[in-house]
Amino acid sequence: MSKVHISTTVNGEAVEFLADTRDSLLDSLRDSLGLTGTKEGCGTGDCGACSVVVDGTLVCSCLMLGVEAQGKQIETIEGMANGDALHPLQRKFIEHAALQCGFCTPGILVASKALLEKNPDPSEEEVRYWLAGNLCRCTGYDKIIRAVMDAAEEMRGAA
Amino acid sequence: MAKDTNTSDFRYIGTRPARPDGLDKVTGRARYGADIAAANMLHAAVVRSPHAHARIVKIDTSKAEALDGVKAIVTRADFPTGLTGEDWDLQENTMAGERALYDGHAVAAIAATSPHIARDAVKLIEVEYEILPHVIDVDDAMAEGAPVIREGAANKTVPEGMHPNVVKYIEFGHGDVEDGFAKADLVMERHYKTEATHQGYIEPHACMGQLGADGKGEMWVCTQGHWYIRRMCAAVLGLDTAQLRVTASEIGGGFGGKTTIFMEPLALALSRKSGGRPVKLVMSRSEVLRATGPTASASMDVKIGMTKDGMLTAGVANFRMQGGAFPGSPVDMALYCAFAPYQVPALQHIGYDVLANRPKCAAYRAPGSPMGAFAVESLIDEMATELGLDPMEVRIKNSSKSGDKSSYGPKFGVIGLEETLAATKAHPNMSIPLGPNQGRGIAAGYWFNHGGETSVSVALSEDGTVQVSVGTPDIGGSRASMALMAAETLGIPYENVRVNIAETGSLGVNEPTHGSRATFASGKAMHGALTQAINEMCRRAAGKWKIDPEAVEWRDGAAVPAGPNAGQFPPMTIQEIARKMKNTGGPISGHHESVPDGVGDSFGAHVVDVEVDPETGHTKILRYLVVQDAGRAIHPSYVEGQYQGGAVQGIGWALNEEYVYDNMGRLQNPIFLDYRVPVASDLPMIDTVIVEVPNPGHPFGVRGVGETGITPPLPAIANAVAAATGVRIRHLPITPTKLLAAIKAK
Repeated sequence: MSKVHISTTVNGEAVEFLADTRDSLLDSLRDSLGLTGTKEGCGTGDCGACSVVVDGTLVCSCLMLGVEAQGKQIETIEGMANGDALHPLQRKFIEHAALQCGFCTPGILVASKALLEKNPDPSEEEVRYWLAGNLCRCTGYDKIIRAVMDAAEEMRGAA
Repeated sequence: MAKDTNTSDFRYIGTRPARPDGLDKVTGRARYGADIAAANMLHAAVVRSPHAHARIVKIDTSKAEALDGVKAIVTRADFPTGLTGEDWDLQENTMAGERALYDGHAVAAIAATSPHIARDAVKLIEVEYEILPHVIDVDDAMAEGAPVIREGAANKTVPEGMHPNVVKYIEFGHGDVEDGFAKADLVMERHYKTEATHQGYIEPHACMGQLGADGKGEMWVCTQGHWYIRRMCAAVLGLDTAQLRVTASEIGGGFGGKTTIFMEPLALALSRKSGGRPVKLVMSRSEVLRATGPTASASMDVKIGMTKDGMLTAGVANFRMQGGAFPGSPVDMALYCAFAPYQVPALQHIGYDVLANRPKCAAYRAPGSPMGAFAVESLIDEMATELGLDPMEVRIKNSSKSGDKSSYGPKFGVIGLEETLAATKAHPNMSIPLGPNQGRGIAAGYWFNHGGETSVSVALSEDGTVQVSVGTPDIGGSRASMALMAAETLGIPYENVRVNIAETGSLGVNEPTHGSRATFASGKAMHGALTQAINEMCRRAAGKWKIDPEAVEWRDGAAVPAGPNAGQFPPMTIQEIARKMKNTGGPISGHHESVPDGVGDSFGAHVVDVEVDPETGHTKILRYLVVQDAGRAIHPSYVEGQYQGGAVQGIGWALNEEYVYDNMGRLQNPIFLDYRVPVASDLPMIDTVIVEVPNPGHPFGVRGVGETGITPPLPAIANAVAAATGVRIRHLPITPTKLLAAIKAK
């Protein structure tokens, strides 16, 4: 089966790749573009480890096809920091020890950033419901929720 | 003593710096099992049995072989024969032989030039099965007439006349239980069941293996213990162990489930058969749930005697556990732990390890202890309620203390259960008033902790920074705890220590990060290695000063003259010694290899408040408190993290999680949508109190904190639900359906 040539934008950079029509966007990011920061935990859209933002919408990249990336703007964990300057969420996750194994972390960071862009002042309950699609098996979520709330507060202060 | 009331002279230990691997893990740079590729790499996929129990009549691979891009296919015929004992079990679980023993059991494996081709080829392999009768439930598997899973698998402990599926029998105890029951004011006997749950790590198993015709191999794998992977793969494939070099990737959770092999030998066998090309094998989530280590399911009877003032007089525990189609359910450890928090004059323990047509169980965080605690702590609570006693006071009254003989024999060293219970009782959560349909549950829990084979190496760099090489993969912040202990020992900044997880070629044998051992055992061995390096640095300084090395001390990152020479020379810093080491005798390093003794027993107590919706039977966790003795919290944030994570896994086990089988023995919920682990919106914050009763067996007092936290939640939640509803659920999970039916039947 011949592959499809895809031109798209990932983290602000124009990229091209060849996609098998069965490749998920997650497969394309990881295997064709070498962006392995986005993780596969389930392949069924239940765990959120593969969260990316496509044209401003938070999606599970395992549920989208690679060929659907044509002409889109895609944001992944690799584009979250600005050079050496970490996003406040990334800094707060380290500061609060909001990761143990770290495998769910990229997806949770991408999802949390999408939340704070929509809602800069979320309640604890709002953070918990927004992140209900991102499974973490290590932390019990406590420190993750605290880190997101703290980052939100800092970002509000800076705004 | 609770941590916030403790003081210490430590400079680094007990602080909360950024973890050394934090930057890699928040930027997506950290490389996990599936995040690797190599030139000329092939992709593998596995054919799995759709039947719970079936004879494999024929495997026809011809159509798959004919598919363009398929480079190698292996079946059991490609593996060496003649293995025995655990090695045979591992081989049989890696790839079915004459029979498929559970839904998901591997039957064949394929390597191809792309993952799509490998998966297409799976569909082209034709396996002819003769379906055999199967058995799933542990009590059914022991009953007369149950299908025999493997004749002759029983060891010599099993009494004559038992069903062949009973493969191990255990019995121990002390005192006269009948006399104990006679002295009790209340004797109660109850039956309990827990269902199999999965560790549920978010990272599926993944590896890349390469094996050449020369018998030399390489493996990259997500694992808790790469020496175990090396030994087990070598045994299953008939390789020389040292010829296989295994590197542990970053690991996306394990909880015990990544301490053994599942599909790793398949990658190596496929590589060998494809001319030594690297082969990458990544499991899907459903493969993880169907074919990797869930925990055992348990059926348990417990009988306890209690006086009217709450003293335990006797107990009998009869536990039956199935751990899949192979021996190894943790029934023994469940029994050892069940009564460990208490001093009971007479106890009898009986256990049965039973085969069933399910995947081979693997360790899951304090293996066995949560089930035993569920039964015993539920019954103690029920009896306290019946006698009108405060369940907390009953636990305090009967609690084990330092130097007491444990329920399973050995004497406890210094333990912190009393302090833990006192801190629990004093916590503000205990006095928060409860509303209608709300209930509070408490429970205690125990885990032994573990030492294990440990080999650590440290080396001084030319600029005075220090590298530490350990063999225990960092699964939850252990690089930070190692660096803190190294900084404390050497008197140098935390940032001047680099902690590496070494591959198998760099150190002696290391057991995995399991048994809550990494910070205890690797930390203790590292302390030994650093002491050796410090002695050498003192010797170098003494040489320069031309004084006796015995008269040099190490203080604040420098060698200083001591005794009669005190003050004669200025301190020689680690940087100065490092700069000159080339000319003073060469590289300075330290090694330590041991099976460390002095393991510190671990106790915890949990308090949970729940609210049960009487209309739906749904249980909501309102607040949750974990109190546990850490011995010493090296990096308190990661200690709290272990407490919180363990508690939430226990909440899942108590309320949601279970393996559900249909009447054909097929797993019905092998995806995260249906095998539902707790999500953020299910939970409140998890409050923690770190109690510190230092373990005298560790240079800094560490006990190990990883496992105990999953032990109390099962009974604590069942006790809270009983307090909220007046209904006692003795079969986990406490699903809304089950609880609603029980409330209606009341």
